[in-house]
Amino acid sequence: MNVVETRDLGKRYGATWALRQCSLAVPAGHVVALVGPNGAGKSTLLNLLVGLTAPTHGHLTVLGGYGAGSPHALDGIAFVAQDTPLYKNLSAGDMLHLTGGMNRRFDLAYAEARLAELHIPLGRRAGKLSGGQQAQLALTLALARRPRLLVLDEPVAMLDPVARHDFMATMLAAVTDDGVSVVLSSHALTELERVADYLVVLSQGQVQVAGAFDDLLAGHRLLVGPAAEAERYAERPVVHVRRGGAQAQLLVRAGGADPVPPGWEAHPVGLEELALAYLRQPGSSALPGPRPHRPAEQATSAP
Amino acid sequence: MTALTAPTQAVAAPDEALAPIPWRGMTWVTWRQHRAALAGLVAALGGLAVYLWVSGLELHHDYAVAAACRPAGSATCAALASAFTAKNSFLTNGLVLQVLPPLMGAFVGAPWLARELETGTFRFAWTQGLGRRRWVHTKLAALALVVTGAATAMGALFSWYYGPYFAPGNQALGLPRSTPLAPGLFDLRAIVFPAWTLGAFALGCLAAIVLRRVVPAIVVTLAVYSALAVAVGGVLRQHYLAPLVTRALTVPSTAWVLSRRWFTSAGRPRSPAAIAQALQQGAPQLAGKGGVPDAIGPWRYLVRHGFVQVTTYQPAARFWPFQSIEGGWLLALSAVAMVVTVRLVRRRPA
Repeated sequence: MNVVETRDLGKRYGATWALRQCSLAVPAGHVVALVGPNGAGKSTLLNLLVGLTAPTHGHLTVLGGYGAGSPHALDGIAFVAQDTPLYKNLSAGDMLHLTGGMNRRFDLAYAEARLAELHIPLGRRAGKLSGGQQAQLALTLALARRPRLLVLDEPVAMLDPVARHDFMATMLAAVTDDGVSVVLSSHALTELERVADYLVVLSQGQVQVAGAFDDLLAGHRLLVGPAAEAERYAERPVVHVRRGGAQAQLLVRAGGADPVPPGWEAHPVGLEELALAYLRQPGSSALPGPRPHRPAEQATSAP
Repeated sequence: MTALTAPTQAVAAPDEALAPIPWRGMTWVTWRQHRAALAGLVAALGGLAVYLWVSGLELHHDYAVAAACRPAGSATCAALASAFTAKNSFLTNGLVLQVLPPLMGAFVGAPWLARELETGTFRFAWTQGLGRRRWVHTKLAALALVVTGAATAMGALFSWYYGPYFAPGNQALGLPRSTPLAPGLFDLRAIVFPAWTLGAFALGCLAAIVLRRVVPAIVVTLAVYSALAVAVGGVLRQHYLAPLVTRALTVPSTAWVLSRRWFTSAGRPRSPAAIAQALQQGAPQLAGKGGVPDAIGPWRYLVRHGFVQVTTYQPAARFWPFQSIEGGWLLALSAVAMVVTVRLVRRRPA
């Protein structure tokens, strides 16, 4: 089952396409890291997934074929929006009851135990909690709904390192215990490498990279060799070139079996490195399936 | 726009029906989130109601004393009558109380929705299992019911309070008798008061979903409401039914007089200057009778000298038809505003 499936999905605000030609198929059971620069369309894609906004173009289904925003989709997807909006004047305990009243399932015992573990007093107003506690409360509310898919929009952006760590630990525990799938957007690449196992890179409203970490890492190599020869690889699927003095580093789309040119060394690539390389070259893309690799010139001139 | 709204029947298993979410849950949510606003509303209206009740009892007592006074017209009775007339005179024309519907509407109708949009909590509320359709239906219905219920109760209290002003026989006792159609009093009573309040509430909801900010939504609600109320009271209401026209010099004191104009017997309008001139010519005759001059003496004089007075008015008997007409279109307007609000909530992109 694909928890998220999109075909040629597009969303336009006024004259601007926030997202276009987005085709994705994310299998269940993954923690999907959604990365991209500001304004790349990450929040737009997440808002489409949870049914807060309707697509301008294309198709989108979730949880194996339900329309986004349909009753089944709403029932099975829990969403923690950016800046974790909570009713600031309600107590944590009231937030639990409120969320319980708005859902078919709500594991109150789990939620209360979780808040007790985190030392979040039930009587305290949400607005009086620290940023980390608010994020944890929002995540607890989402997880207590026992969702099949958890969607998180920049959940740790405002948090200090300890709070970030705790937040991710809570999320990972849910993934391990309940098998919930997660789609998570963030700028914190290092952290994502630790918690996620599926990468989607968005750039200028288009999907640039999509795939499981293992497949992506197996499909890329870092070639190190003389800078003077770097131009020779112009026709090869080079993602990114970095020159430092006499040496050049080329991130190329090549498996371990592909031949390494003489005078060059091949190194395996790290996920952060790979994501950064793609983010620096918005024209490059690495997409699965029938879609061919497109050279930079062609991709940037697409309508 | 090829928006995808219906679930696609692709891979999903045959849609096993979802268990319904009990109404109790969402009703509790509505109560918990808005109990402060509702408590404020009840406290403010309760305070006003107590004041009106206490001073209303005094008013009714003063009226009973003045009405029972014999012989009517004596100095003692005149003193009692003016004591009744002077009682809470700032309330007599009902204008002060006109602020209630817009305040109730703006401060209950606009914030509940605008605050969700302003603070971003709609992203939380609209992604719960309940769905935003049920969310907006429950909240809108519950709050509209409370506001309209409170307004109905206040309207009943106003009807009681103002009862003495409309009592038949006031005139014989030398007491003022208002027309039930008087602007300021007509819209405080019966159907129309709760209808205006619901209208203000619905306007507040619509302003909230369009403007997405609390303060602008309140300001716009108050402005639009005021413009509408002034237009209706000043222009529209008198045309609900064609006014009666008479050449008689007197109309019932309970009638709502819209205009009085003088014409020649040939039907041409007479200017105020011509009337003044005619009265000046007749002045010796009019003043020469001694004693208290008859109030309509000059008018009779004018009629005898070829003037015709044409009065247009709405009779008091049209109170209920007018209440029904105004209440009816206000309810229709409120319904439209609420339906549009619900549509916009369901369509509004995040």
